[in-house]
Order: sequence, then structure tokens, then C-alpha cells
Amino acid sequence: MKNIRVANGQGFWGDCIEAPTKLIKYGNIDYLTLDYLAEVTMSIMQRQKKKDPENAGYATDFVALVDSNINEIINNNIKIIANAGGVNPYACKRELKKISKKHDIDLKIAIVEGDDIYNDLNNLIKDNHEFKNIDTNESISSILNKIYSANVYIDSFSVAKALSLGADIVLCGRISDPGLVVAPCIYEFGWEKDNFNMLASATVAGHIIECGAQCTGGNFTKWKDLKDMHNIGYPIAQIREDGTFDITKPENTGGLVNKFTVSEQILYELGDPKKYISPDVCVDFTSFNLEETSKDVVTVTGVKGNMPTDTYKVSISYFDGFKASGQLTISGPDALSKAEKSAEIIWKKLENAGLVFDKTSTEFLGLSSCHKSIAKTPNIINEVVLRLGVKSQDKNIVARFTKELAPLITAGPPGVTGFAGGRPRVKEIVAYWPALIDKKVIKTRVIL
Amino acid sequence: MKKLSDIAYARSGDKGANVNVGVVFISKDYYNKALSKLTSVTVKSYFGTMVKGDVIRYELPNLNALNFMLYDSLEGGGSETLINDAQGKTFGQAMLMMEIDIDD
Repeated sequence: MKNIRVANGQGFWGDCIEAPTKLIKYGNIDYLTLDYLAEVTMSIMQRQKKKDPENAGYATDFVALVDSNINEIINNNIKIIANAGGVNPYACKRELKKISKKHDIDLKIAIVEGDDIYNDLNNLIKDNHEFKNIDTNESISSILNKIYSANVYIDSFSVAKALSLGADIVLCGRISDPGLVVAPCIYEFGWEKDNFNMLASATVAGHIIECGAQCTGGNFTKWKDLKDMHNIGYPIAQIREDGTFDITKPENTGGLVNKFTVSEQILYELGDPKKYISPDVCVDFTSFNLEETSKDVVTVTGVKGNMPTDTYKVSISYFDGFKASGQLTISGPDALSKAEKSAEIIWKKLENAGLVFDKTSTEFLGLSSCHKSIAKTPNIINEVVLRLGVKSQDKNIVARFTKELAPLITAGPPGVTGFAGGRPRVKEIVAYWPALIDKKVIKTRVIL
Repeated sequence: MKKLSDIAYARSGDKGANVNVGVVFISKDYYNKALSKLTSVTVKSYFGTMVKGDVIRYELPNLNALNFMLYDSLEGGGSETLINDAQGKTFGQAMLMMEIDIDD
């Protein structure tokens, strides 16, 4: 039966830069997918594009990756599907064209357009598209004048079309993460829109590998059992024409693929398992079976899917004020008491200066900052990191906060250090607003 | 009493201002026994102040797994929250420290 090997070499922007290179060289793969876009990433790119609208707003790591591997990509006949385009795929393509010219290699680079509805947003709202927040049910009117971006998670058939036109690299903005894997299956196997079980199966494959090494031993409960974590293998899904697939990793790499590394990842960021909604299909995550069929090979069979919904998910980002977080290291004896006193001093000074923040946080890293009352308090706390944070719509008072930490070293309790990084940075908060839109009004287009 | 870390695997992540924790049992037997012990009520009570909203449990018998949605657990979403574990990455490890009243 016909099958393809689809790898993921990047689970987020900032993931291991060697991983895609190793997959290109040693993975024996047909397709390399790269997932650069978390929800938070879109807001980072949006901030970059705001500063430099012509040239910024995409995953710059991707360009460097193509530059250093272009010969192997061509020689090994590997097609790449990446959401590296972010909020500015045109700038990304321009840079890739320069690289292709430099190496004198004709790279066909396609952009899949249509996910970016920012400029149409006002008209769509006038036409009664509500864009209600699907988490909070709030009306979009509360953020209307603060919106930075609006991107639709488009379907995989649009991406498959780019492959059918002969693209070597498909650059997307927002598509569903598993869609990076579903698209080559649609193209290679000729699946139709109503092949729900097959689409669902490839969607599960995509979900498993979309976070890179998280299915091959990364972030794994039994981490002590793993070998060669410094050389952890990134995942490959070998997908057959009937939709069934194997999860594996390149030979001679570290990490592990077994039922549990894969199951942990299947549950990652999962909501209702019977209603996993992608733009292509609704997947039932309680329908399938996992089997360890060989060393570092898990085979998945029996995935069931149903008709997709008539809406796409929309990811909207908006300006939501400013924040800053800073920290001081406080050593023993009495480390915790000194940290508590330090926090009290800083908050008191800011209060006396008349500053009122929308939100503040006081955390003691090293002491239950993650697990609160669940974690047992140790008998001896020999040092603790005090981490303070503030949020406000007023940039000036956030900036004022950042100036109150360092003075503690000379004007607070003894044994305080760890301020080598200077004053904390004031960061703009770009918040996330998930919504839905009628599929009928979204038109995608491939530009080659 | 069994500590979850002896009979299960766990992983967590964020969904907006909410966290999901997946728990995968090492055997069908433990999964079946845990069904009446590891519930939305016991999990909500265990996490205490870490979870401000409701807890909903989903069952995945095909994986011997339970998936818990912990609503309103991050003091805002990923880019706006001030807390250190902004994406709920550590909730799975917290879950594994839980003890439930089952035997072999």
C-alpha cells in the first residue's frame, strides 16, 4: 500500500534548530513539517510586524534552515510545509527567493493566502458576523479599537492544492497544526472531503507529531528511563493510503517511542476527546487503538471521524495593556522570611507612590510557586527567588515598578543578589481572542 | 492508597486561561479502579486554590486515560498572565503527586 513519511522538525518557534537538519539528512522522509505558531507566537510576530511592516512578522529561523540545507532538501526530494509565514508570508518568501538565487537552485515557493482577515474584519462585523469570544462569550465590541490581527485556521485542502501545483515549499500563515500533516496525505492519496475516517486519522497523526519531541520522549513522565536525551529523535509519521499510520523516529537517535510517550502527547492540549474539531473533520479521540509493533514504532488504527462544522476558528489578537516581571535571588539564613520582607518593602513603596495596578503577582520560585499547597514545604529553605509582576493599561506605572527591584540589594535585607540582567523590560500585552466564522465567507488562494 | 505517579503518566498544557491534564494509567485494571476515585470532584478538591473554575472529566478507555479540564487556572491567558507557569506546563506533575484510595 502506498505510504508517505511525514516528519515534524519544529514544535514551536524556538525549538531545537538542529532537529529539522537531522530529519532532512537521516530521516528518509518525504515531507518535513514545521510548526512555528503557538497562540502566543502570533502575538509576538504581530508586535514585530508593527515595528517593521515590510520585513518582519514571520519565523526567521526558517529562512536560515533552508539556507543551510538547501542541497539536501533538493537531493533527498523533500517537500516542506511550514506555517513560518506567520503574519507576513510575503516577506518570508522574499527572503527565501534570495537564498534560492544565492545557491542557484530553482525553489518553487507557494504561499497559501486567505487566513489573514484583519483588513476585512470591520466589513464582516457589519455583515453580522459576531466574532464572539468562544471561551467567555463576550462581544467583540469591547476590543474593537485594539485589534492587532485576525487569522482563520484554514483547511488542509487549500494547502494540498499548493502541493498539486508543484510547490517545493508551502508557506502558510494560520492553518490548523495537524493540517500540516493532513495536507500531504490529501495530495498524495487523493482523499476527498468526505473521507472522514482517513482525514481524522491523518489529523491524529498530525496532533501527535505537531509538538516535535513531545511524542518521542520529551516532557515524558518516565524521563529517568530515557537514553541519549541530548540527541533526541524528532518524530516521523509513516502514513498509509487507508489512513492507518506508524509513529517513529530516525534510527540512532535518543528518546523513546512507545504507547505511553504517544498517549501522553495525544492528551496534550485536548478538550472533549469525542469532539476534536479541525477545519477538515471532527475526530473521535476515543475511537482508535495503539499498538507497539516494533522497537520505537507505535501503530495507530481505527480512527473515526465525522463531518466538520460549518465554521472556521479565528485567532484574534488585541492590545491589552502592559506588564513586567522581575526577580531577585535571596539567600539564607531565613531566606523565605527575607523574601517576604523584600516583597512587602517593594509593594509598600509603590503604594506610597500612589500607584495602583490592574493586577500584581508575588511568587517565591523554589518554593511551591508552581504547585501551591500541593507541594510540601521543605524544612530548610536555603535560597529562594522572589518574582514580582504587574499589569496595567498605563505604561508609565509599569516602568516605575521596574525601577524598584534593584534598590533592594543595598536597601533591603542582607543576602539579596541576582540582578545581573538589569531592570526588567516593560512588555506590551497582546492578548488572544478565539472566535468562529462561517466557512462560506473565507476564500483561500495559492500564490506560486 | 496508591500514589498516581506509581500507576499513571500525566501531561498538561494550556487552553486559553484553562489547563488540561491528561492521565494515562499503566493498565486497564488501574484505569477501571480509578474511575470512581479520580473524579472531577476529587481533582477539584486536590488542586485547591490552583483551580478557580470547574473541573470536567472526560474518559478515553481506548488509551486507559482520563482527561481533566481545569477551568480558570492560569490567572488569565498565556500572554497576559503574570504567573511563572504561564502555560500550565507543570500541572501534570502536580497531579502525579496525588494519592488515591485503590489497591492492587
